[in-house]
Amino acid sequence: MTLWGVLQVITLVLIVAGAALAVWLRDLLAAVIALAAASLLLSLEFYLLQAPDVAIAEAGIGAALTTAIYVLAIRKTRRKEEE
Amino acid sequence: MTVVVRTVARIIAPMILAFGGYVIMHGHLTPGGGFQGGAVAASALALLAISFGFGRWKGIKAPLSFLEDLGALAFVALGFLGIGYTFFRNVLAASGGLFGAPVPPGPNPGLLETGGTLPLMNWAVGLKVIAGLGSVVLLLGLFGGEDDR
Repeated sequence: MTLWGVLQVITLVLIVAGAALAVWLRDLLAAVIALAAASLLLSLEFYLLQAPDVAIAEAGIGAALTTAIYVLAIRKTRRKEEE
Repeated sequence: MTVVVRTVARIIAPMILAFGGYVIMHGHLTPGGGFQGGAVAASALALLAISFGFGRWKGIKAPLSFLEDLGALAFVALGFLGIGYTFFRNVLAASGGLFGAPVPPGPNPGLLETGGTLPLMNWAVGLKVIAGLGSVVLLLGLFGGEDDR
């Protein structure tokens, strides 16, 4: 397997891990950070698939602005998820 | 936010704004364009707003709304500029004026001055996206419930 393929597999596994962590964590702020990490890795995956246009949009919207909006919403509500 | 967050934001926000401006400016040559560059620049605005608080941004709602309308109207007006031939005809290309340098024959790395109306349209879209996404973040921070902490 080439270096490109290995890098892609690592990135995809980390994306799934970040998304699972975002679901599993009870602290909502930590979950949002996990979601931002998964989004940033998704933008890296778009770049590896040679779609830099989509990668810039994903990094700007998914990793930065969505995180900002979630952090603002958590600041105005509760931080811990209830059972 | 803490002094660490404020210092990092003060250093890194101008770089993000400059990169957003670069992506918008070179939209007709490199990957990205008005939407992508506007999203990057709006994330710099969100970073500044979150780290320095929303107190000083109270009066900016009306200017942002005006800028959003201006971006949309400028895009449509640039489209109507070529209505004598077809809608969205690139009348500025190879005219010798603004962004109207003629394209030299043969392969070239991509010349910034040859875009015609495309860079102006990218700036219109970028202005609209910066104002729209920035006002989304600012309104979410300004209004709604009180802070929980």
